[in-house]
Amino acid sequence: MRHIISLLMENEAGALSRVAGLFSARGYNIESLAVAPTEDPTLSRMTIVTRGSDAIIEQINKQLNKLIDVAAVMDLSEGKHFERELMLVKVSAEAATREEFKRVMNDFQGRVLDVAGGACTIEFTDTCARLDEFLQVIGRDQILETVRTGASGIGCGERILKL
Amino acid sequence: MELTGAEIAIRCLQEEEVEYVFGYPGGAVLYIYDALFQQETVKHILVRHEQAAVHAADGYARSSEKVGVALVTSGPGITNAVTGIATAYMDSIPMVIISGQVPSFAIGEDAFQEVDAVGITRPCVKHNFLVKDVKDIATTIKEAFYLAKSGRPGPVLVDIPKDISNHKTEFVYPDTVNIRSYNPVGKGDSAEIKRAVQMLLEAKRPMVYAGGGVVLSGAAAQLTELVRLLEFPCTNTLMGLGGYPATDKQFVGMPGMHGTYEACMAMQHCDVLIAIGARFDDRVIGNVEHFAQVPRKIIHLDIDPSSIAKRVKVDVPIVGELKLVLNQLLAELRNSMQRPDAAVLAEWWKQIDEWRVKGGGLSYKNSTEIIKPQFVIEKLYEITGGDAFVTSDVGQHQMWAAQYYKFDKPRRWINSGGLGTMGFGLPAAMGVQLINPDATVACVTGEGSIQMNIQELSTCKQFHLPIKVLSLNNRYLGMVRQWQQFFHGNRYSESYMDALPDFVKLAEAYGHIGVRVEKPSDVEPAIKEAFARKNDLVFMDFKTDPTENVFPMVPGGKGLSEVILAEDL
Repeated sequence: MRHIISLLMENEAGALSRVAGLFSARGYNIESLAVAPTEDPTLSRMTIVTRGSDAIIEQINKQLNKLIDVAAVMDLSEGKHFERELMLVKVSAEAATREEFKRVMNDFQGRVLDVAGGACTIEFTDTCARLDEFLQVIGRDQILETVRTGASGIGCGERILKL
Repeated sequence: MELTGAEIAIRCLQEEEVEYVFGYPGGAVLYIYDALFQQETVKHILVRHEQAAVHAADGYARSSEKVGVALVTSGPGITNAVTGIATAYMDSIPMVIISGQVPSFAIGEDAFQEVDAVGITRPCVKHNFLVKDVKDIATTIKEAFYLAKSGRPGPVLVDIPKDISNHKTEFVYPDTVNIRSYNPVGKGDSAEIKRAVQMLLEAKRPMVYAGGGVVLSGAAAQLTELVRLLEFPCTNTLMGLGGYPATDKQFVGMPGMHGTYEACMAMQHCDVLIAIGARFDDRVIGNVEHFAQVPRKIIHLDIDPSSIAKRVKVDVPIVGELKLVLNQLLAELRNSMQRPDAAVLAEWWKQIDEWRVKGGGLSYKNSTEIIKPQFVIEKLYEITGGDAFVTSDVGQHQMWAAQYYKFDKPRRWINSGGLGTMGFGLPAAMGVQLINPDATVACVTGEGSIQMNIQELSTCKQFHLPIKVLSLNNRYLGMVRQWQQFFHGNRYSESYMDALPDFVKLAEAYGHIGVRVEKPSDVEPAIKEAFARKNDLVFMDFKTDPTENVFPMVPGGKGLSEVILAEDL
């Protein structure tokens, strides 16, 4: 099962490598990992997308909680939540002018950031699955460059992860 | 008055009432050693290798309730210490390691003796710190001690760059520690405790399985009281030996790979298993799938939630400080005014007694020609009245010591259970002897293990540590040889210890007494004479039977009821 785990940790050098090291040392997989400081500059918020059986996910949660730098952990997948990922895509300017491309881009609510030289840079924000779908519809041949942030997640309504 | 970082570090150790620091000086810790030189409260034990410093601090911690402290320099100082740190981590031993680092302005420049100490030790410490400002030293050390001993204990590293140890600031030692992201649990959940008690009372084939957590938490008395109140059988893991008295009739021996037949069978066939400070290690329950084939309810008490339901499914999880949880359990049991059904329990004990007979107890065929290693341990047990601190290295001798020395008290059996570190025994014994100066300390080792840290005989001489070393010298890396005999077609690949030194002369060269024992009839007099020498280290080199194997044995990957007894072969 795919799980999105959110955590708050001390915004200190080394904290990120403790989390990353935990996953590699114990053989857990990371699909994506997104991290940045929060409104409280002493805390970082991390979103980890991982896969595993219920037992593995339970261990991941416990092992994360055990890290001294980790202040709070929430498995967002256990309840309603939002998941968003930012993707920047570069295609050739020529491809971007095609009607078919424009239609797909609009379907996926892409926003053109810039057209310069022969290239067009577009921004998308959606779930990881939707972004995957966009790439599949367009096809690898059309794409000059892609960069994705990995998912960020937040609970719905009053499901709040805060210290 | 302002103090240097180095002076502050030493003042912190004084505040923590650290009596001994085990270490080795070097460039990056010169200021700290200078500060150490100018005071007398904290005594320094100069080892001959940094690995030994950490093992000695470890033995010091295991045999007392204190935090062990090691002090090493940067680069090779800390890399040499890593094996010791990983050893302590696997067995949850409270320890603070202070390491010097190259000056902060040189970090990252591949400076002389530079290594990323925090990075290298990250997977084998409870936590670690790189101090970047002299103002942080006192708080960091305070936090390090708190982290090391609270919750599930473990080693904590504090890496101090050389320039920081020479900067100055006011010294204020904090009274309290507040780490917002770290709140170890105290008491257990009372609803779960009620459920556990009910389950225990209704059990038909109950089993108490207690591990090293009981020893670390100082909960041996509570465990003993609970087991006696319930009249249940009890097993102690390798790490838990002494947590319940081994000479008691309710004790069924150690479980697992080299546990007793009755302990293995009772673990496998019980209907309610209460695990207390134990972690269902692969060496204890063998094959997980095989273990799960028999349905049983499991109650698991542990300070670390991640130990619960890690390898087996648990029905009643109780997270908390074992001493407190066991007190809660005892109170709940007393309040219930109920006791397990005596007739039902008698049936179970009948079954266990049958297993005891079938297993034949721990036995071996003694000889008048050649020294059997088990015989040496039996004599050691008799002569020391079962009251010695026994450290061991790793291998066959470790298993024989665990089987044949009946530990009635906690903190007497000191071994590297989790990591299985050869070379642990002698330096650990140094720490044990220092914190228990009047106690009898024996180091049971083999000719393989002892050579991994034999240089510490020199430390023992310098600090007058009258350890008794019993080396079961069978000229083989015995456990490796045993596995090669059983599972690799008698191909003894690199397990023969050729070109052994003359250990008697070697001991003498270090300034100690060396004794070679070659005949079974000489074993008892040699041990007696050695232990009568209260002020001397005596190195006993026993020439033992090289073909002897450790039984019973649950082969790797097999289930507990697939245990092999000596006569099966």
